[in-house]
Amino acid sequence: MTAAAQFLPAARRSKRMNPARWGLYAFIFITALYFLLPLYVMVVTSLKPMAEIRQGNLLALPMSPSVDAWVKAWTSACTGLTCQGIRIGFFNSVRILVPSVAISILVGSLTGYALSLWRVRGANILFGAMMVVAFIPYQLFIYPLVRVFSFAGLGQSLLTIVIIHTIFGLPTMTLLFRNYFASLPVELFKAARVDGAGFYQIYARIMMPMATPMVVVAVILQTTGIWNDFILGLVFAGRDNLPMTVQLNNIVNSTQGERAYNVDMAATLLTALLPLAVYFGSGRWFVRGIAAGAVKG
Amino acid sequence: MRLSLNSRLSAFSALLPALLVMLVVYVGATSWTVWMSLTNSRMLPNNNFVGLRQYEMLLGNDRWITSVHNIVIYGVLLVSLALVVGFLLAVAIDQRVRAEDTIRSIYLYPYSMSFIVTGLVWQWLLNPTLGIQHVLRSWGFEGATFDWIVRPETAIYCLVIAGVWQASGLVMAIMLAGLRGVDEEIWKAARVDGLPKWRVYVSIIVPMMGASFATAAVLLSTGVVRLYDLSVSMTNGGPGIASEVPAKFVMDHLFERANIGLATAAATTMLITVIAVVAPYLYWRARKGGMR
Repeated sequence: MTAAAQFLPAARRSKRMNPARWGLYAFIFITALYFLLPLYVMVVTSLKPMAEIRQGNLLALPMSPSVDAWVKAWTSACTGLTCQGIRIGFFNSVRILVPSVAISILVGSLTGYALSLWRVRGANILFGAMMVVAFIPYQLFIYPLVRVFSFAGLGQSLLTIVIIHTIFGLPTMTLLFRNYFASLPVELFKAARVDGAGFYQIYARIMMPMATPMVVVAVILQTTGIWNDFILGLVFAGRDNLPMTVQLNNIVNSTQGERAYNVDMAATLLTALLPLAVYFGSGRWFVRGIAAGAVKG
Repeated sequence: MRLSLNSRLSAFSALLPALLVMLVVYVGATSWTVWMSLTNSRMLPNNNFVGLRQYEMLLGNDRWITSVHNIVIYGVLLVSLALVVGFLLAVAIDQRVRAEDTIRSIYLYPYSMSFIVTGLVWQWLLNPTLGIQHVLRSWGFEGATFDWIVRPETAIYCLVIAGVWQASGLVMAIMLAGLRGVDEEIWKAARVDGLPKWRVYVSIIVPMMGASFATAAVLLSTGVVRLYDLSVSMTNGGPGIASEVPAKFVMDHLFERANIGLATAAATTMLITVIAVVAPYLYWRARKGGMR
């Protein structure tokens, strides 16, 4: 760095451009293009009429942009049997998502709380076991669980899929809250006990209000995870509750005749919209969620 | 502090769901699946013990062999490519670049999307008639061929392309956290010694980041064994059976081909693979102190 550079104001004293820096920015630019390309192509394809798509200008901007494909994807795209659009799947996913996120966080936080602050016998064994089983692929449980739920009279239903999401979210949620509660000063907990507060009182009045940041992380993690789920929804939700991912796959992959690529891409974007909104809206919280839930496969 | 009977009952009641899930779902269902793999169950489960017959059948099953072959190719390529790409992205971002937050968001956003969405987008991009191949030709590269997705011998590599696109951001996030944890003193010492930057990365930083690499590799590997949605949405296992994977083999034999014995034998084989990957990692982490 030259002597003159030292006298520049701090804001402008960022690294100077030299060949290595140019190379660095070129690398970042090209890799960023690779990551953005699919999103860009999705958007432009969804806004083009089929006549334009058939000409084959994949990367070109739409000449006469229209939202017809979006309307069709939402209201009248066919999923094999019915032609009511992907909105059916959207509302199914919302109905699955809301109770699943709430219940899995409730159960997970309670388990994490009991495992961290209360010295229950065997707590470490239970926790260790939960972390190990989180790695087992779903294929090991799916068939027995189908049998158990049909034996219990629940079959494939909204309740079944909510229970399933709670079960498979439990290890990550427990890990998240256990580690958070274990990091709080234990005096807080002791003081509450001396004042005569019971197990559930301390949980509801003291611990959960303090755990707001973890609840945010848990909501982000569970919302994206459950929204993006395909296999569990396919097996456990039942025909009337199929989530958006399953309907999307049916719309795109079970078409007869010529594919309506614009409708396909509009439906795909609609399905990706919620996780994208959560991701771009939450910023660093999303990364925090990944780091905290990194144990889950 | 001793717990009163009342608190102990409360704590136990709070742990009841977790205990039930562990016993019924994880231990119970897994054991039942393993037991089924030793029977000749077809459409309905039965208890006729046939030893390892289903595993013999599995080894003679073309589709299973293809699935295993594919998952090995996918696994090796995905893990190594995602680790390399993710690490390079993290190093690039760590050079105090401008608009760091924006760049990081661009690298990571694919990870927020489902495998179904990922598979469908790449299916469209790799479509030989109107996709990237067509674009290359229209740019004047007349002989350009990029029709991997319709060729049986290359279809699996298309899944790798999509998988790397989706997962590299995750590796980048893990690596960046590791790089930010490197002691500033090391950089100062290296500068005093006049070491070029790349040498510092290769000889000092990479060996120091063993934990980050291990975490990322295990996360990616467990994702590899589970791979299902991507194969379903992108190629549906095709052309023919060219891009079938083990998880799909299990699902299809459970729900479409009504062959529970064979499906559970395949699932058990997946379990053994996961144990082989994860057990050394968990042992290593437990020895390093605590599950964190």
